[in-house]
Amino acid sequence: MSEQVPVGQPPDWEPRIVAFFCNWCTYTASDLAGVSRMTYAPNTRVIRVMCSGRIDPQFVLMALRQGADGVLIGGCHPGDCHYQEGNYKCLRRFAMLKHYLAAMGIDDPRVRLEWIAASEGDKVQRVTNDMVQRIKQLGPLKLEPVCQPGCRAMAGDQPSVGNRAVAADI
Amino acid sequence: MSQSPACPRIGVYVCHCGMNIAKQVAVEAVTEFAARLPGVAVARHYKFMCSDPGQELIQQDIKESGLERVVVASCSPLLHEATFRKACAAGGLNPFCFQMANIREQVAWVTADKGRATSKAKALIAAAVERVSRAQPLERKRLAVGDKVVIVGGGIAGIHAALTIADAGKKVYLVEREPTIGGHMAKFDKTFPTLDCAACILTPKMSSVKNHPNIELMSYSEVEKVEGFAGNFKITIQKKPRYVHEELCVGCGECVDACVFPKAKFPSEFDEGLALRKPVYMPFPQATPAVVVIDPNTCLQLTKGKCKQKCVEACQRGAIDLKQEPEQVEVEAAAVIVATGFKTFDPRGLPQYGYGRYGNVYTSLEVERMVNASGPTGGEVVLKDGAKPRSVAIIHCVGSRDKKTHPWCSRVCCMYSLKLAHLVKERSGADVFSFYIDMRTPGKGYEEFYDRLLEEGVHFIRGRVSHITDWAMTKAEEGKLVVSAEDSLIGVTRRIPVDMVILSVGLEPQPDAQEVRKKFNISCSQEGWFLERHPKLAPVATFTDGVWIAGACQGPKDIPDTVAQAGAAASEALALIDKGYVEIEPNTAEVDPEACSGCKTCLGMCPYHAIRRDEEKGVAVVNEALCKGCGTCVAACPSGAISQHMFTDDEIYQELEGILSYV
Ligand SMILES: Cc1cc2nc3c(=O)[nH]c(=O)nc-3n(C[C@H](O)[C@H](O)[C@H](O)COP(=O)(O)OP(=O)(O)OC[C@H]3O[C@@H](n4cnc5c(N)ncnc54)[C@H](O)[C@@H]3O)c2cc1C
Ligand code: FES
Repeated sequence: MSEQVPVGQPPDWEPRIVAFFCNWCTYTASDLAGVSRMTYAPNTRVIRVMCSGRIDPQFVLMALRQGADGVLIGGCHPGDCHYQEGNYKCLRRFAMLKHYLAAMGIDDPRVRLEWIAASEGDKVQRVTNDMVQRIKQLGPLKLEPVCQPGCRAMAGDQPSVGNRAVAADI
Repeated sequence: MSQSPACPRIGVYVCHCGMNIAKQVAVEAVTEFAARLPGVAVARHYKFMCSDPGQELIQQDIKESGLERVVVASCSPLLHEATFRKACAAGGLNPFCFQMANIREQVAWVTADKGRATSKAKALIAAAVERVSRAQPLERKRLAVGDKVVIVGGGIAGIHAALTIADAGKKVYLVEREPTIGGHMAKFDKTFPTLDCAACILTPKMSSVKNHPNIELMSYSEVEKVEGFAGNFKITIQKKPRYVHEELCVGCGECVDACVFPKAKFPSEFDEGLALRKPVYMPFPQATPAVVVIDPNTCLQLTKGKCKQKCVEACQRGAIDLKQEPEQVEVEAAAVIVATGFKTFDPRGLPQYGYGRYGNVYTSLEVERMVNASGPTGGEVVLKDGAKPRSVAIIHCVGSRDKKTHPWCSRVCCMYSLKLAHLVKERSGADVFSFYIDMRTPGKGYEEFYDRLLEEGVHFIRGRVSHITDWAMTKAEEGKLVVSAEDSLIGVTRRIPVDMVILSVGLEPQPDAQEVRKKFNISCSQEGWFLERHPKLAPVATFTDGVWIAGACQGPKDIPDTVAQAGAAASEALALIDKGYVEIEPNTAEVDPEACSGCKTCLGMCPYHAIRRDEEKGVAVVNEALCKGCGTCVAACPSGAISQHMFTDDEIYQELEGILSYV
């Protein structure tokens, strides 16, 4: 893959990726990557949920709406879900979500589902690096996000609820 | 420091973790950043937040600054969430008004660039602060636990754990899938490094298991199904038909003598195929239980339906029942210990060593049987033709430390190879050549054992064997097996002709490890060994509460380490029973009856049947005792009527906003 920066993209731009990881496999795997000191691109920020079955497609839409350039979902391998079949439910929703995203013109590599077992620290590293690289090629997601770095005044600000209403309309 | 009346007062604590975090993350800058986040009343950084002074810092601030929420940015919540929740509680704050930001495993240890590590840490802390502002005080529910333990696998690990628990007065079901307990250890003659007789130390333990009033030994049985949770498992065990009523058989062997096969004809599993047995047999004289078993694959009546059934006639106690069916038993247990052991590497995977092609190439396990006084050769080391070998080669690391087979070191092979070198020399007087890569003898008395072997005159050659052949190149090689290896100490390739070759095969996970793992809802490492909860601090616990692992199923290990783990697993299981209750994480789901439309979508989502529809009110209701807190129903509810405590939509959206709004 070429390292060229696409036209019109600031050279130091770094994508921000929100990751939703299930507690039992993928979150544990990303801890393992840490314990094994596997360095990888720092563009992901992980939100821990108990099971990938908890991930509402709305979370993904909201993340993109709020300024994420990509969303990574991580769960246990099929058959390995700590709660038996939450990951199958997640998979079904993911398939549906992908249709929506395509309709909205959001490029395929931006939202990704990966099964990563507790022992697969190296897969966290590989998937993260690969995803960051692909999204770098695509450039920032232009959804006119409500939030951008530094958009919130630091002092005395109220947490805004307004954004949510916007995203819920998507 | 900023304050807004709507926000609860939040304290943020950034841990240096010695240099672990501080080396990559600018902790002061992060703390300053945190201090300016909405709601943050106190922000501090400290060397070790998990230490007593670190925890006291939190407690003091709760009391003195009236903190209502706490965030600790340090290691993974999987490591120290419990610690800090306790600290909050000790300070008088509800332990669920707490959130952790993982800036060690997921930032400092994985990010090369310091500036970017610092930014990522800030984003995660902002996320935790935003999220914790929505956290609700919650209470843990307590459930009473039972007092019985199921142990799966009757090797030395399972046996030791069973006796420990039974001696403490608790009931144990020991489930072993073979007709007898004992595992690998029962096959050995001597054990390293002390060379004490394996049977002398194992058989008394085996008979204690059989005779213990608190142990119910279920041999020739396997676990079918596991339901429930820590403290309250319901386990279905399938007893395979052994075609003999265990309670009637006294192991006299009359039936074996009477069998229509005049001679033993089928390879004995216990003797690694070096001896033969009849379809009705006792695996070995000290088998426990001392009950015969009839092999359905070789018994004429069971395979062809035609036999004079002399065995049935011969048994005066009427113990033989060729119509026996599998039987299912359901038991309740508070805890489970999985101790299913290992299997040895099959050297047919390395054809260059000629196993299966040359009769005098043996595996170490076969030789263990051979040197056993009660084994197939009465303890003599003999070649296929019955003659004594004059020279023997032992090849270390077969199926270990090799990317093509298994990358791991099997830990016991160097030691058992030394043991076998000693025994082979002692029994046959042969010259022994030991081909090793590195001699690994860490352990109490192990290096001393190696020294002893050096003095006994075993020839040690450092180098990996490339191949074994019967193709003679010189007169001296004729009729011999030639072992070809590079002697890396003197830098030449050597060909050494011997009469017999012993392959020190490595240890690998049981072939059904994946199925067993799924049954008990535990994880495997990439190699297939069962995964412990923490490699250092929780070596026998698993990610599933109430399920422990012990022995070689967790990774290759020797008997002393196996017994230590078994003792640890037993005491942790006893601790659970002794405590008398389990606390349930309050991350259960709840239905808002006002919003529920009664559509029943959620009912199909729940694998635990924890949701039912209240027909009178026409709404769904969650049974908290059954809900395990996965949240799948929450994401599925079309009316948004279900929420999951600790993971409400509100909390997650808030976390999301925190992640993306500042950096
Ligand atoms: C050739 C050789 C020589 C060795 N010599 C020594 C020595 O001299 N000294 C020493 O310290 N160590 C020695 N070891 C290592 C030793 O064998 C192990 O440390 C020990 O056997 C581990 O005990 P375990 O109970 O964990 O496993 P195992 O001995 O493998 O026992 C596991 C038991 O679980 C049963 N089981 C498996 N799956 C199931 C299931 N699904 N359901 C029910 N039951 C099941 C099996 O049938 C078996 O009985 C040697 C190993 C080898 C290969
Ligand atoms: S727990 Fe990992 S996907 Fe369900």
